[in-house]
Amino acid sequence: MDMPFLSPHDTDLGTPEKISDQQVSLHIDGHPVTVPRGTSLMRAAALTGLSIPKLCATDTLEPFGSCRLCLVEIEGRKGFPASCTTPAEEGMVVRTQSTQLAQLRRGVMELYISDHPLDCLTCASNGDCELQDMAGAVGLREVRYPSIEHHHLTAQKDDSNPYFVYDPSKCIVCNRCVRACEEIQGTFALTLSGRGFSSRVSPGESQPFMASECVSCGACVDACPTATLVEKSILEAGQPEYSVVTTCAYCGVGCGFKADMKGTEVVRMTPWKGGKANEGHACVKGRFAWGYATHKDRILTPMIRKHITDPWQVVSWEEAIQYAASEFRRIQGTYGRDAVGGITSSRCTNEETYLAQKMVRAAFGNNNVDTCARVCHSPTGYGLGMTYGTSAGTQTFKSVEHSDVILIIGANPTDAHPVFGSRLKKRLREGARLIIIDPRRIDLVQGPHFKADYLLQLRPGTNVAIINAIAHVIVTEGLVASDFVNTRCDMESFQAWKAFVVQPHNSPEAMEPVTGVPATQVREAARLYATGGNAAIYYGLGVTEHAQGSTMVIGIANLAMVTGNIGKEGVGVNPLRGQNNVQGSCDMGSFPHEYPGYRHVSDDATRHSFESAWGLPLRKEPGLRIPNMFEAALDGSFRGLYCQGEDIVQSDPNTQHVIAALSSLECLVVQDIFLNETAKYAHVFLPGSSFLEKDGTFTNAERRISRVRKVMPPKGGMSDWEVTVALSNALGYPMHYSHPSEIMDEIARLTPTFSGVSYDLLDRLGSVQWPCDDQNPEGTPLMHVGSFVRGLGQFMITQYVPTDEKVTPKFPLLLTTGRILSQYNVGAQTRRTANMAFHSEDRLDIHPHDAEDRGILDGDWVGVSSRSGNTVLRAHVSERMSPGVVYTTFHFPESGSNVITTDNSDWATNCPEYKVTAVQVTRVRQMSDWQKYHQQFDEMQQHLLRPGPEQMTPS
Amino acid sequence: MMSAQHLAKMANDIGAFFEAMPNQDQAARDVAEHISKFWEPRMVHALLQDVEDHGTDELKPVVRNALFHLQGELQSN
Ligand code: SF4
Ligand code: SF4
Ligand code: SF4
Ligand code: FES
Repeated sequence: MDMPFLSPHDTDLGTPEKISDQQVSLHIDGHPVTVPRGTSLMRAAALTGLSIPKLCATDTLEPFGSCRLCLVEIEGRKGFPASCTTPAEEGMVVRTQSTQLAQLRRGVMELYISDHPLDCLTCASNGDCELQDMAGAVGLREVRYPSIEHHHLTAQKDDSNPYFVYDPSKCIVCNRCVRACEEIQGTFALTLSGRGFSSRVSPGESQPFMASECVSCGACVDACPTATLVEKSILEAGQPEYSVVTTCAYCGVGCGFKADMKGTEVVRMTPWKGGKANEGHACVKGRFAWGYATHKDRILTPMIRKHITDPWQVVSWEEAIQYAASEFRRIQGTYGRDAVGGITSSRCTNEETYLAQKMVRAAFGNNNVDTCARVCHSPTGYGLGMTYGTSAGTQTFKSVEHSDVILIIGANPTDAHPVFGSRLKKRLREGARLIIIDPRRIDLVQGPHFKADYLLQLRPGTNVAIINAIAHVIVTEGLVASDFVNTRCDMESFQAWKAFVVQPHNSPEAMEPVTGVPATQVREAARLYATGGNAAIYYGLGVTEHAQGSTMVIGIANLAMVTGNIGKEGVGVNPLRGQNNVQGSCDMGSFPHEYPGYRHVSDDATRHSFESAWGLPLRKEPGLRIPNMFEAALDGSFRGLYCQGEDIVQSDPNTQHVIAALSSLECLVVQDIFLNETAKYAHVFLPGSSFLEKDGTFTNAERRISRVRKVMPPKGGMSDWEVTVALSNALGYPMHYSHPSEIMDEIARLTPTFSGVSYDLLDRLGSVQWPCDDQNPEGTPLMHVGSFVRGLGQFMITQYVPTDEKVTPKFPLLLTTGRILSQYNVGAQTRRTANMAFHSEDRLDIHPHDAEDRGILDGDWVGVSSRSGNTVLRAHVSERMSPGVVYTTFHFPESGSNVITTDNSDWATNCPEYKVTAVQVTRVRQMSDWQKYHQQFDEMQQHLLRPGPEQMTPS
Repeated sequence: MMSAQHLAKMANDIGAFFEAMPNQDQAARDVAEHISKFWEPRMVHALLQDVEDHGTDELKPVVRNALFHLQGELQSN
């Protein structure tokens, strides 16, 4: 059933695909061929199966025409044009081989080789070198320029980057790397300096890679035809034998990758050209930061203990599972059926998540199942569900190629969704206009060859005030897309909403003192969004993680409807999902009130379908959400928790509250690949498996379902889905699956929007966007075309309500949080890779004014205190923030960022208000009390994990 | 289960969204529906119990009205 193994070498058609309504027909070497107008001769030849020698061309980059190896002859034309830069024309007769062409090509190759080291046999790229291939293809037999000065041979290697080496002695100056960095990644870190044979590629101003603007995406390494830019993993392990297509397990872009393999060892991850989310691009995380999968900190054996102060005992899988099941049953016997629950993770596959919620509903017999999406995008589900009828983004990523105006709200794509960030930058370089709403001056405000038209740098917590002000301008200035609204939306709701937004208190002028954004800027940005052509909104956790997160999502949905920016290419409402499978974990019914496919547990028809498939009655009342579980744990009515792949201690707000709740549990079962912060409070540890060790599917932010494929056996002996099955069996609710594909078949049978999905379909199409059903057998790239999923679009009133988290003399600054490119969320994976070279601690960004007021210098240790707690971080004085606002990332447990965040939350979904915490910042000399506690507790838990010999004997 | 104060705050936060609607009856029904759709029964009971014991002073009017609907729903179930 699985896709066959692929060759590690992709076919390369030489130049990119051209889209045109017109076709041209010609003859190449006697073969007739028809291609879209604009297609190069090189590509046309490749499409007929002929290969023209080439070095500087590759089909991921626009042709450059520098190497002169791809020359051809065209009947009726003089000379030898380069086939990569010559477009095919109607009626052309082209020859790719002749004695003269062969001589010319040999001459070119001779020059290249004369300045190239001849160490092919020991070169890392032996077997994967286009220069070597071309020397063979053109029949090079001798090099007549022995005396030529070797310009490159003595050049120094640059191995400053942790993942790849630059060896200029092997460079053929084809410019592919430079173009990849510009066209694909959009960083413009590389330049070509000098002329002819003495020219050189160099990062920045002849700096080492690590000192330059380079963001380690690897695009240049992919593009390089020689061993000049090559992965260190290939230098160490040698060339791969075969490749398996899989999906990145980091962010919600969901890039397709080829795992390049030697036996069961991964030697490289290369972005898959066939991956529709990424089309051959990647970022430093997916491309390089996969070494955690084999890190020595992996825990590979099940363990149990009675108390969290006891040493862990290594036990068999069977014993661990039996123990966990008997504890859950004991707790339910003593405290009632509702005293236990489960948490699923957005890191896990759809199949694993589905099974975990099934186990909770069927084996535990309650609806106490929630997912970490609670703390990130639950407001997206609610807001888009209420207004449009479906809890997901409306477009494909590729759709941005048709956008004229891009509005980014509370998102930082170049760090958090880098491959989409690159697509976005490309569209901006082509001239799309850009509006950013963010308290921080993010990188997209200005970059190589683009600049945002407007940065509305608002005060944290005032999103809804801004969105209402924008709506006010659109309605009062007559910019409503009346045709769209009249035909596609519920008019009663529109009238009520309109009457609300036109009220003077929603005007940009009235809101200016609240948001801190000049009214004229808001007015101009609103006009641009409404009148600038196709306008698309992209938003992130800066929208959802607020007390009014759901209100803001609704406000965004209103705005897209009132301007008619829904239901076609280049527009839409696009939530950028944080984790790889946030979308999927929500789709799979891991909310306490919903079955798979977003159907409420009280809906009789839905519940009956699950009851008859699962063979038992199910509860119709919603269960506990994660924060409710904590509350219930503290009051004693919740005593047992199964936590699959989720580190709630580090990732949930108000750490001390979370710790108090978990410490009161009688049985905490953690399934994870590392002893994460949560596992330190656990009684049963079940070893999880990394994405390389499992079969399944992930669903990205575009609703795209892609396969994750097992390339090595699970290191702990059991796949995650097998563990859930075993636990359910031990609880007395047997499950019978022999492969994750059977779980997907069950999902498809029970979930109308997934009814057409199967592993066979995914193998055939590569990936598919839900809804995938009888009407849309190959999926639905674009949502709400013609009509909304709910029928008519529903406008909803979005009154701005200031958050309770206000600045006071005691806490005069507002703290907001975010991520950076090289680290990922709680950092459990990326902290165990060489990405540490890019970012090895969380810092507190503080504006120079605020720093000066407090006598703080860059690099000082500062205490950050809020009404929840306090922690100590190192200060980074930066003008990215407005005065009054400070910022930190949350990738390191010792930073305790969430010790400071509060348990305020979104009114509709209880998504925590991470993005607004009132704090005070002061210079300090030592760790906070919490950090001291954390350090001691961590040391104790590490000790309990690796007990001395006397404690090793199994009980 | 859960502090009554916390539940009252959650209910008021929900109320703060719906009270902006033009029709206050509808707003109260929407608050009630939201609570019964998303709150685990223990939480609903705890809030109703608290209201019975300590009155509704802390609650927004729209939430008070919503509680009548919720009580009605519980009785009819
Ligand atoms: S790794 Fe990426 S950012 Fe760095 S030089 Fe290469 S293409 Fe540019
Ligand atoms: S480093 Fe590689 S891609 Fe860049 S110019 Fe040299 S050979 Fe070409
Ligand atoms: S953009 Fe996201 S999905 Fe793509 S490689 Fe980077 S982390 Fe992985
Ligand atoms: S491949 Fe055409 S000029 Fe280099």
